[in-house]
Amino acid sequence: MADTTMTSQKQIKRPFLSPINQRRWQNFKANRRGYWSLWIFLGLFVLSLFSEFIANDQPILVSYKGEILTPVFVNYPEEKFGGFLARTDYTDPFIQEEIESNGWMIWPPVRFSYRTVNKEVPTTAPSKPAFMFDTREELCARYAEGVNDPNCTFGNFNWLGTDDQARDVFARTLYGFRISVLFGLILTALSAVIGVAAGAVQGYFGGWTDLILQRIIEIWSSIPVLYILLIMAAVLPPGFWILLGIMLLFSWVGFVGIVRAEFLRARNFEYVNAARALGVSNRTIMFRHLLPNAMVATLTFLPFILNGSITTLTSLDFLGFGLPPGSASLGELILQGKNNLQAPWLGFSGFIVISIMLSLLIFIGEATRDAFDPRKTFV
Amino acid sequence: MTGAQDNNTQAAPLLSVRNLAVDFTQGSTKTRAVDGVSFDIAARETVALVGESGSGKSVTANSILKLLQYPAASHPHGEIIFDGQDLMKAPDAELRRVRGNDVTMIFQEPMTSLNPLHSIEKQIGEILRLHQSVPDAKIRSHTISLLDQVGIRDAEKRLTAYPHQMSGGQRQRVMIAMALANTPKLLIADEPTTALDVTVQAQILKLLDSLKQKSDMSMLFITHDLAIVRKIADRVCVMTNGKIVETGPTEEIFNNPQHEYTKHLLAAEPKGNPPKLDTSSPIIMKGDAVKVWFPIKKGFMRKTVDHVKAVDGIDVTVRAGQTLGIVGESGSGKTTLGLALSRLISSEGKIRFDNDDIAARSFREMRPVRKDLQVVFQDPFGSLSPRMSIAEIIAEGLEIHSPHLSRTERDQAVVTALQEVGLNPETRFRYPHEFSGGQRQRIAIARAMVLTPKFIMLDEPTSALDMSVQAQVVDLLRDLQKKHNLAYLFISHDLKVVRALANEVVVMRNGKVVEYGPSEQIFDAPKTDYTKALMAAAFDIETAPEGVVAD
Repeated sequence: MADTTMTSQKQIKRPFLSPINQRRWQNFKANRRGYWSLWIFLGLFVLSLFSEFIANDQPILVSYKGEILTPVFVNYPEEKFGGFLARTDYTDPFIQEEIESNGWMIWPPVRFSYRTVNKEVPTTAPSKPAFMFDTREELCARYAEGVNDPNCTFGNFNWLGTDDQARDVFARTLYGFRISVLFGLILTALSAVIGVAAGAVQGYFGGWTDLILQRIIEIWSSIPVLYILLIMAAVLPPGFWILLGIMLLFSWVGFVGIVRAEFLRARNFEYVNAARALGVSNRTIMFRHLLPNAMVATLTFLPFILNGSITTLTSLDFLGFGLPPGSASLGELILQGKNNLQAPWLGFSGFIVISIMLSLLIFIGEATRDAFDPRKTFV
Repeated sequence: MTGAQDNNTQAAPLLSVRNLAVDFTQGSTKTRAVDGVSFDIAARETVALVGESGSGKSVTANSILKLLQYPAASHPHGEIIFDGQDLMKAPDAELRRVRGNDVTMIFQEPMTSLNPLHSIEKQIGEILRLHQSVPDAKIRSHTISLLDQVGIRDAEKRLTAYPHQMSGGQRQRVMIAMALANTPKLLIADEPTTALDVTVQAQILKLLDSLKQKSDMSMLFITHDLAIVRKIADRVCVMTNGKIVETGPTEEIFNNPQHEYTKHLLAAEPKGNPPKLDTSSPIIMKGDAVKVWFPIKKGFMRKTVDHVKAVDGIDVTVRAGQTLGIVGESGSGKTTLGLALSRLISSEGKIRFDNDDIAARSFREMRPVRKDLQVVFQDPFGSLSPRMSIAEIIAEGLEIHSPHLSRTERDQAVVTALQEVGLNPETRFRYPHEFSGGQRQRIAIARAMVLTPKFIMLDEPTSALDMSVQAQVVDLLRDLQKKHNLAYLFISHDLKVVRALANEVVVMRNGKVVEYGPSEQIFDAPKTDYTKALMAAAFDIETAPEGVVAD
């Protein structure tokens, strides 16, 4: 009983954010550009997490003979609908008719996934964006029944055109955005964990530990990353996690410097000495007393590292050493733009998505820096 | 606003502050730091502005030359009339002419007030050139005569020295030389001796007084130390919470204080007597020929060529229920000795704690001993982790030394410890920044007490606190000692506090013991010149003959 009153008291005494964090949040909000960027970015990111429900070549929901099916999650063989393929092609007019006569289906707003090849491209691939066509007739020229074809609908038009393999550019940018941001986030998080740990050990123990590790890091960071990637690409099959692993080998170094400096500064703080005098173990001192100090510097740095990671992935894709062929990648889109100068929508779409993504992250980074700036007490 | 009018000079005062107010804006909140302050300074008069920290005395002084952070600070009303001119309304160019010319300031921290990258010749010369347009050829001789005036020996040789090559007292002398360079009419001294040793403090005060006599200056002296006020000021203004509560001639204020707050300040000296010396009680801590030498390395191979002997072979004994005081000037090795005894830095020599030899133990092996051997540090603002609540801070030691306690038991121990140091246990979920300096020092003491130690090393626990708070902390420490039969090692440069707490005293200088004995003997019949000089400086603010103490 006493325990419950204790916790309730605790909740009253402690607001969700400590006063210093409340001030930081106020400072963050005061930077209007960064604040809006955060919401826009979060909106785009959450939307892109649900890409399968926005752009997919499979319906979200199908009702067939009284049964509710979810093709997004479950792969139904075609024999369920009277076909013969192992994977149902819902764009096939025969299957569509079969489903429509025995129930209904709900399509996502865009009926292409990032790897769906549009078999009814209005012109030869790369085909230009739908809004650049003058009439519906032109757009639906390849469909069996022309303008009256049930598939000649909004969702089947390529609103940003197609690439040179007749894949929908909008779907590819959507999925490409998601994979870039996820890659960046995972890489940044993992490098932060390793980099902070290494910097903490160096800064806290100092002396020879610091000296030797620092020299190792200097040698390590002078290895040219691109060559390692080229060599590894020849040995290992390129993939999301392999790429992430190789880049992680080098990207953690960026955090060591700042964390080390913070720990070197803070290890002689009086409350750290006080903790030592209490007999607190080194690990606890590092985690409980010193890490919060270093976190400010690290968090300030984080959005910029995130941006760097995304740029690296994009440029590797552009050079052809990135994600395996066929995956949704913004770098590959830019490369196609370069190779197909007659199709400017490829380059433009890629450029706009990348620049918006990076700008939003930089604006958020600026606002974060403002938020943690201790001198910004007075407005 | 009428009471201040009755000063005995007939002519108009040199400086007259009328109904001054200062607001600070932070975000959407406005704080009034100074609220309707009025006072006058006549020519050749020294006025002291006394108050505890946060009373608004420094803000008042900085407002005179409009040296505050201006978009954040503002003056809703008030006049500052200097020499017939209202500085509050004066344009910036006019203010710049007054600053450093007619009115100059010296600050508390002489290290940060001087530019570390320029020699003192350059820094003093710059002022002469800027304000007085002294011809370049004469600047050097002018500078030397200024340094002579402020009592820097071998002034000519010291011209090329950089601030870090000088002691704190010498740096403050240079600051004064810079302030005097333009023969100001008013000198504002903002706690000029607070960062200095008592012996040096006495020298600087003497210098300021003699310079004032010689050059017909007025002085506004800001301090929290009443002993200094009594020594130097003609008139006193007592400030608290942004208001002047009492003004009057020094003698009158000291002999016949009217306001409650003034009485409280005057009564705030640490009082009481230490427990009787008892040489039969068990020895808790015994250091035998303790040495801490820091190597000086030189050359390409970093060979050790010499040592800084911070602590050079010292024997100490601390008994249960007794307090050993360690006194000395800054740099004499007091704190280093304390850290060595509590095994926070490496040292040579024997250290026996509770009949265990702990000198050779590793950090890990020391951990069980730490329960009985606790430390309270000087700075209550620095020694509490700002990101932990009070309950977490106090419970941290318990987690290590009594891991078997349940959450409720631990919380109970925290509550008891807080009650013991006189804090409301309800406040234990707050963060350190929500407490005042004195409360924080109580929290630091609670953190040590919760482990029920046998020995506490107190490293200047009162020197960062206001006078009235010091007295309370001293009383608290004495009560705790009596109750738990604690052994204290009390390190301080403040002899008044030592006298109130310690029954044995070690006087240290340059890492060596100068005098060691029962405190009555040390305080009432000091044997060495050095101890005598320390006593004179601390209790009467008298300077010692040259060479006995540092300068």
